[in-house]
Amino acid sequence: MAQQSKTSKWNQIRHAKLFMPIVCLLIVLLLNVIQTPDFFKISMNNGVLYGYLVDIINRGSELVILAVGMTLVTAVSGGQDISVGAVMAVAAAICCQILSGGAVSTNTLAAPIIVAALAGILAAGLCGAFNGFLVAKLNIQPMVATLILFTAGRGIAQLVTKGQITYVRVGSYKVLGGYIGSCPIPTPVFVAILTVIVMQLILKKTALGLYLESVGINGSASRLVGLNSTMLKIIAYIICGLLAGLAGIVASSRIYSADANNIGLNLEMDAILAVALGGNNLGGGKFNLMGSIIGAYTIQALTTSLYAMSVSADQLPVYKAIVVIAIVVLQSPVFQSRISKVTQRKAVGNAA
Amino acid sequence: MEREIVLSMSGIDKTFPGVKALSNVDFKLRKGEIHALMGENGAGKSTLIKVLTGVYELESGEIHMDGFDGPIVNHNPKEAQAHGISTVYQEVNLCPNLTVAENLFIGREPRKAGFIDWKKIRSNATSVLRNLDIDVDPDKQLAECSIAIQQMIAIARAVDQECKVLILDEPTSSLDDDEVEKLFDLMRRLRKDGVGIIFVTHFLEQVYAVCDRITVLRNGELVGEYETEKLPRLDLVAKMMGKDFNDLADIKSEHEVVIDDKTPVVIDAKGVGHKGTIRPFDIAIRKGEVIGLTGLLGSGRSELVRAIYGADKADEGELYVNGEKVKINKPLDAMKHGMAYLPEDRKKDGIIADLSVKENIIIALQAQRGMFHLMSKKEMEEAANKYIKLLQIKTASMDTPIKSLSGGNQQKVIIARWLLTNPDYLILDEPTRGIDVGTKTEIQKLVLDLADEGKAVTFISSEIEEMLRTCSRMAVLRDGKKVGELTGSQLNQADIMKTIAGGEAAKEEITIDEEVAENGAAV
Amino acid sequence: MQRKMKVNGTVFLLFITIAMFALMYIAGMIIFADKGFAKPQMFLNLFISNAGLLVIACGLTLVMITGGIDISVGSVVALVCMVSADLMENKGFSAVQALLVALLIGIAFGVVQGYLVSYLEIQPFIVTLAGMFFGRGMTAIISTEMISIKNETFLAWANAKIYLPFGYTNKHGMLVKSYIYPTVVVAVLIVIMVAVLLKFTKFGRSLYAIGGNQQSAIMMGLNVKNAKMRAYVLDGFLAGLGGFLFCLNSCAGFVEQAKGLEMDAISAAVIGGTLLSGGVGTVVGTMFGVLIKGTIASLITTQGTLSSWWVRIALSALLCFFIVLQAIIGSTSKKNAKTGEIHKFTKRKKAA
Repeated sequence: MAQQSKTSKWNQIRHAKLFMPIVCLLIVLLLNVIQTPDFFKISMNNGVLYGYLVDIINRGSELVILAVGMTLVTAVSGGQDISVGAVMAVAAAICCQILSGGAVSTNTLAAPIIVAALAGILAAGLCGAFNGFLVAKLNIQPMVATLILFTAGRGIAQLVTKGQITYVRVGSYKVLGGYIGSCPIPTPVFVAILTVIVMQLILKKTALGLYLESVGINGSASRLVGLNSTMLKIIAYIICGLLAGLAGIVASSRIYSADANNIGLNLEMDAILAVALGGNNLGGGKFNLMGSIIGAYTIQALTTSLYAMSVSADQLPVYKAIVVIAIVVLQSPVFQSRISKVTQRKAVGNAA
Repeated sequence: MEREIVLSMSGIDKTFPGVKALSNVDFKLRKGEIHALMGENGAGKSTLIKVLTGVYELESGEIHMDGFDGPIVNHNPKEAQAHGISTVYQEVNLCPNLTVAENLFIGREPRKAGFIDWKKIRSNATSVLRNLDIDVDPDKQLAECSIAIQQMIAIARAVDQECKVLILDEPTSSLDDDEVEKLFDLMRRLRKDGVGIIFVTHFLEQVYAVCDRITVLRNGELVGEYETEKLPRLDLVAKMMGKDFNDLADIKSEHEVVIDDKTPVVIDAKGVGHKGTIRPFDIAIRKGEVIGLTGLLGSGRSELVRAIYGADKADEGELYVNGEKVKINKPLDAMKHGMAYLPEDRKKDGIIADLSVKENIIIALQAQRGMFHLMSKKEMEEAANKYIKLLQIKTASMDTPIKSLSGGNQQKVIIARWLLTNPDYLILDEPTRGIDVGTKTEIQKLVLDLADEGKAVTFISSEIEEMLRTCSRMAVLRDGKKVGELTGSQLNQADIMKTIAGGEAAKEEITIDEEVAENGAAV
Repeated sequence: MQRKMKVNGTVFLLFITIAMFALMYIAGMIIFADKGFAKPQMFLNLFISNAGLLVIACGLTLVMITGGIDISVGSVVALVCMVSADLMENKGFSAVQALLVALLIGIAFGVVQGYLVSYLEIQPFIVTLAGMFFGRGMTAIISTEMISIKNETFLAWANAKIYLPFGYTNKHGMLVKSYIYPTVVVAVLIVIMVAVLLKFTKFGRSLYAIGGNQQSAIMMGLNVKNAKMRAYVLDGFLAGLGGFLFCLNSCAGFVEQAKGLEMDAISAAVIGGTLLSGGVGTVVGTMFGVLIKGTIASLITTQGTLSSWWVRIALSALLCFFIVLQAIIGSTSKKNAKTGEIHKFTKRKKAA
C-alpha cells in the first residue's frame, strides 16, 4: 500500500511539467562538477562577478530571449523559425550602420543608441512579419518558409554592412552587452530577465497564451470560435522576430560591432533545442515558457562546459546535434510506446 | 445446413489506454454470405475490423482463415491481404494525386522486365471498371473524381484482389441511391462467387436489403449472431441499444410555441451568396423558431449557414440582424451580432483536442471579449461548472483534455461553449451525428428548450425524422440553391422528399411511399 | 472542362519553369552576347558547374515527393569533400577508395536520418537540421584548414575533357569543339535513372502514393516505412555522390564549403514543380530548376560587379515566387474538389 502511494507520488513528480527540463539541467551541472571542481565558485574580479555559473547565466541571455520567441512560434504554428540567427545579424547590422553613419568604424555616434537599436529591432520584426506572412497566409511549412531568410538573411546583413564588419567603438554602446556602471552583474542578464517578465505578464494578463495554444492545436476550430488564426500566427512570428532583433543587439553590443557572418551563428539550433528540452512538443499546441527558459540555460551550460573541455566553436554543433536527436527520439511517441512494450514484456517475464 | 466457415475470430480482446474496446468477442463468417456487423458508436465494430486487418495488434484471441492451418496473425493490412482479407474503409483510402488506374493497381502493378507496364495497367483498369460498371476515365486524376466514384474505385480495388473476405466499412455513407444499388448488385454477385462479405453500416434498410446474417456488438462485447430473417427491426435496434427507448417518442408535442408574422425576425438574409458554394438566397428566421435546412449532401445546407456566419465570407447580398444591416467578414463579426455556430465536423472544426473541457467551454466567449480582457480564473471555473452540470457532461474534471471524452460529451462541450456566449441565433450543423441515441434525444430536447427561451435556431441533420421532431419550418436546398420552404402540414416525409428531388419528383414518388411505410418500422 | 484545368495545374508550373529558363537564357544571350553567353559551351557550363547540385537535387526530389525534406545535404557535401581530401592527401588513400568512402558517408547519413524519420516518425526537418549541424561540425573536427587535393588520379578525373562533335567557329575560322567533364555524364545518367525509377518502378510509384496520402498508402498495403527509409538512403547516397562530384569541381575540402547548398537544391526542386506538401514532382522539372539557378549564377558572374550572395538572394526571391504560385494553384484545386461532393440524403430509402 505504502509502496503504491510512493510510486504514485513519484509518478506525479515524474509527469510534472518541469521535471524533464530540470533533470536535464541537473545532469549537465553534475557532469561539470566532476569535470571542473571549481565550477560553482563565484568570485569578484575587478568589481564584477566572475565564474562558470556567472558565465552561463550571462552568455545564455540571448538564447533565453530567442527561446521565448521560439516557444510561441512553435506553439502556434507547430514548426520552428530557423531564421532567428540570421535575423539577429540583420538587426545588428542595421543598428551598427546607423550608429556609425555608414562608416566601417566609428568612435563617435552618428545617431542616438536608442534610435539605432529600435531601428534594428524593428527591422527584425519586419523579418518576423515576412516569415509570419508566408506561414499564416500562404500555409507554407514554417521551416521551409524561414529557410528563405535563414539563407538570405546573412546576405542581407552583408548588403547592409557592405560586406565588412562595422565597429562601434563607443563606451555607451558596450553597456548593453557589458555592465551598467559599477553593477557587478552583466547587463544581458537583466535584459533576459526583463524579457521573460514582460512576456510572462503578457501571457498572464491577456488571453494570448490561450489563443496561441488553441490555434496551434486546431486552427480551423479556432477560426470558427472567433479567433483570427492568421493574425495570431503573424503576431507570434513578429514577436519572435523582435526578440531575435533584441538578442542580436545584445550580441552586437558584446563585441561592439556587427559581424554579419558570425552574430547568432548556429543559435537557431540552440533555441530549438531549448524549446524541446523544456518539454514542449515541437509539433505545436500547449506550451511551457518556463521549461524553455530552463532549457536555454541547460544548453548554455552544455556549451560552456564543452568549451571548458576545449571543444572548438566549429565542432560544437556535432555534440548539440547528438543531444537534439536524443531529445526528439525520447519525445517521439513511437519510441515511448516501444520502450513501454519492452518494460511490460519484462514485467510479464518476471511475473512468470 | 451450415455453410463452410471462411473466417472465425474467437476470444478477441483489445484495450486502449483506459478503455476496454473489445472483450472476448467471437465472430464467424461463412462462405458466400453477407454478414452485417452492427452496433452503436463505440460498440467496437471498427476496432474489431482493425484487429482483423492488422491495423491494430491482436492482444489475445485467435483468428482462423479457411485454407490456413492454425491461427493467423496479421501485423498490417498487407499481411491481411495476403491471407485473402480486403477492406474498403469509411474514408476513401486512395491517393488523390494519382490516376484512377494507378490507384487500382498500386502496390501490385503488372510489370514487364522488372519495369511497370503502364499499357497493361491502363487496359486492366479499363476492364475492371467496365466489369463493375463504373463510368470514369482511368487516366483521370483521383482528386477530380466525386467522392462516390472514389469510393467505387476503392471497392473495385478490393474486389480485384482475389479476396475471400471483403470488408466494407460504411461504404454507403457517401453514395446516392443508384450507386448504392449498384454496390448491392456487386455484393450479390460476389456472394454468388463464394466471397464472404462483412458489411458495416448504420442503415437498417440496407442491412435488411442485402444481409444474410447480423452480428451485434455493444460496448465492446458480443451481443449475438442472428439470421436476418428471424430478427425483426425493432428487436435489432433494441439489441444495439440494450434498452427500450421510449425516449424517442414524440418529444415535440410538449413544445408548442406559436410563431407568426408578428414574431420579431432575428436573422434576415437578402440575396446572400458565396461564389462556388451557395447561390444567393433569402431567408428570415424568427425569434423562438427552429428552422431546419434539408437537402442532399452537397446541396448547400452547410454552405448556407457558413455564408451567414461568415465562415465563408458572403460575397454578395445583405444581412440584417434584429432589423439592423450588418457586415459579416469573419466568424468573430457574426459572434458579436449574437450568432453561434456548431460545425458539422466535430473533430476537425469543433473540439480543440488538447485543451481542457474548461478551456473549450470558455474559448468562444474569451475570443469574443478580445485578447486584452482575459476572463478571471474564477469566472472560467464558474462557467465550466455551470454547464457541466446543466448539460450533464460526463468528464473526470473540468481540467480533463476534451479529447478523452466520448463523442457525445464532446458535442455537449461544444454546445456549452456556444450557450455561454448567450447567442440570439444558434446554428447547429449535424449536432447529433455519430452520437449515441441517449445523447441524441437530450440534444433534440435541448434545441426545443432553447427555442422556448426565445432563441432562433437553425438545425441541420441528415435524418428527416429528427428534423421533423424538432423543426417548425424547413428550408429545402438543391444544387447549391435554396428551392423552397415548408411549414405546417407540409412537414412530412413525402412533401420534403418531393421538394428535395425537384423536377424528378414524379419518378421519385413511388420510392417516397415506400420510405414512409418503412419509416414506421425504422427508428 | 474541370479536368483540363487541373491537369494544367501541375503542367502549368513546369511550363512556367521552362519558359522562365528559356527567357532568362535568351535575355543573357542578348545582353551578354559579347561575353560569350551565346556560345554552346556556355550552356554546357551550366551542367559542368552544377553537376553535383543536379545529383543532390534529384535525391532531394525523391524525399520531397514523400512529403519529407532533407536540409543536411550541404553539410554532407562539405564532409564528403573534406574526408576525401583528407584521405587522399594525408592518409594515402586512392581516389577510388575515397569515392567509396564518400558514398558510404552519404549512405550512413541516409540510413540514420531515414530511420529516425520513417521508423521513429520524427519530423524530417528536425532530424536533418541536426544532420546539417552534425555534418558541418564533423568537417571542422577533421580539419579547420583547407585541404587541396593533389592526387593524380583524382585530378585526371577532374580534368578529363570529353569533346563533343559541335562547337563554335572562332575568328580564325577554326571549329572550337565544345566539351564536358565526366561529372556531367554522371549527373545526366543519374537524372535519367531517377526519372525511370520514379516512373517505372514499384518503389518510385509508392513514393508518390505516400506523398499523396500516407494513411491510404498504408491501407493499400504498401510498406510505407520501408519505402520512406529507402528514399532517404537513396537521397543520402546521392548527396554523397553529388558531394564527390562537387569535390571534383573544387578539388579541395574546407569547412565553409557548400554552405546553403540545401537551399539551392530545395529551390531547384520547388521551382521545377515539386510540391512542398509532397505527392507531385519530377526530376526533369528539378533539372530545369537547377539550370535556372545556374543561369542566375552565370548572369551575375558575367555581369561582374554584383557580389556573389546576390545569387542566393535572387534564388530566395524566386523560391518565394514559386511557393506563392503553388499555394494559389493548390487553393483553387481544393475548391474544385469541393464541388464534386455528392448527396447522401436519399440513400435512406430504396435498398429494398
